[in-house]
Amino acid sequence: MKAQELWVSFLTIVIKEVRRFTRIWAQTLLPPAITMTLYFIIFGNLIGSRIGEMGGFDYMEFIVPGLIMMSVITNSYGNVVSSFYSTKFQRNIEELLVSPTPNWVILSGYVVGGVSRGLAVGVIVTLLSLFFTSLQVHNLAVMVAVVVLTSTLFSLGGFINAMFANSFDDISIIPTFILTPLTYLGGVFYSIQLLPEFWQGVSQLNPILYMVNAFRYGILGVSDINIGVAFGMIVLFNIILFTVALKLLSAGKGIRH
Amino acid sequence: MTKALVVSGLRKVYDNQFEALKGIDFSVEQGDFFALLGPNGAGKSTTLGIVSSLVNKTDGRVSVFGHDLDTDAAAAKRSLGVVPQEFNFNMFEKVIDIVTTQAGYYGIPSSVAAERAERYLRKLGLWDKRNDAARMLSGGMKRRLMIARALVHEPKLLILDEPTAGVDIELRRSMWAFLQEINAAGTTIILTTHYLEEAESLCRNIAIIDKGQIVKDTSIKALLQELNSETFILDLAQDISELPVLSGYKARLEDAHTLIVEVEKSQGLTSLFAQLQTQQIEVVSMRNKANRLEELFVNMVEKNLEAAS
Repeated sequence: MKAQELWVSFLTIVIKEVRRFTRIWAQTLLPPAITMTLYFIIFGNLIGSRIGEMGGFDYMEFIVPGLIMMSVITNSYGNVVSSFYSTKFQRNIEELLVSPTPNWVILSGYVVGGVSRGLAVGVIVTLLSLFFTSLQVHNLAVMVAVVVLTSTLFSLGGFINAMFANSFDDISIIPTFILTPLTYLGGVFYSIQLLPEFWQGVSQLNPILYMVNAFRYGILGVSDINIGVAFGMIVLFNIILFTVALKLLSAGKGIRH
Repeated sequence: MTKALVVSGLRKVYDNQFEALKGIDFSVEQGDFFALLGPNGAGKSTTLGIVSSLVNKTDGRVSVFGHDLDTDAAAAKRSLGVVPQEFNFNMFEKVIDIVTTQAGYYGIPSSVAAERAERYLRKLGLWDKRNDAARMLSGGMKRRLMIARALVHEPKLLILDEPTAGVDIELRRSMWAFLQEINAAGTTIILTTHYLEEAESLCRNIAIIDKGQIVKDTSIKALLQELNSETFILDLAQDISELPVLSGYKARLEDAHTLIVEVEKSQGLTSLFAQLQTQQIEVVSMRNKANRLEELFVNMVEKNLEAAS
């Protein structure tokens, strides 16, 4: 396909994905807004006022970056895993497989769809957080780069999950049993400095810790980990997951007999 | 002239070790209306699935208008339109979006896609339904939607897997007329069907596949010439109690007023009617017991079954 045709094909997938999550906004955009508002009220205002400072900031200020990142992660992942699995389940993936659209364009289209929802939810949660605290931005470039790379990474994760999934149960196993615990233990609500040394070491095996802290650095200028290491990890995971997803797609895992 | 489709040595072994295709070869000329027939599980859908890139082949080669599916997949896919057996569009999307989105997957800009979508939806009687969700359409409309979607990138070869399954007679006839129209305009068509009347009416050439092997690859005309006898059902004016003596014909009574007669190709019907007239048996109407092709097809498959056992 020529470059112009590839672009049209890529845009078609992205527009279809954006149209999908905006059409069902009550299932995709509203729930994270409500959940995060509850987090802000309960953890930030009610409990946070008794906790005092964390990492040199009000508890509310400290958890806002983590909560934004948490909503970006879960929505990027959730968008791609449910959309691609539904496409597989209803067999309309065949519309793409019979077309000349190359696999890397299919993958990129779905990932950008997931990133679009992740960022849309991120913006909504950020705007909501302004009702509870004032946000400063320490380093805009770091903040934007981290949120986009993280959203891309979890969109790729959702894509791989969808390729392996054989039922709707399979698309909720990873988010429930892996993603949620890792996110909660990834320094969203606390600084790992509070943990004993052993558990600080264990926490450093959690990739979400690097993303949450790098994002927190972009907003507050504080982080439990080195920003360079965090970026290196996120980029490396993106490359690995993109390669794996592309290989699965080329082999037709779960979509071609 | 480059062939529309060349399949050579095509083999497929599924994960459960079932060998669905045992190295089949056939080709389809440009402009042909070609039927791929076979009983359930013969390998028709597997063959079309491989040609459409929906099934991974184990071995062999497929070339569409000279473009090899392994080495020049994009060009091969661009030449090909596919109408699958089962509905495979998003039931929640609007009819117009399904067609224009498919055009987008072929890199067709939205303005051209919109113009083509209107043309094909109008031709297939779906333009009034363009803003309805696909799930609101009737079964026949859904089938027509899949044809519009397959045509939006204007392929040179259209593959239809049982396009009229479950469609009422009136709609089936109108779909036949439409397919004949686009074939006359130059589109090569390959179809699989269970309605052998459909193959006999529409197609010029045919391949019969059974147990993963091509058992016949010829023209419909040549195939029908192989048919040695036809069975006729005669409706009688008066009831009869005994089978009349019909010299040279195999006959039996279905009931008191229905006579079934097998007529050899060399015999003709004149002698049959002369004998019936002599015995003062009046025939009100006459029809084929089955479609001629069906008879041949059943014989062929039965022969294969006997050989296998």
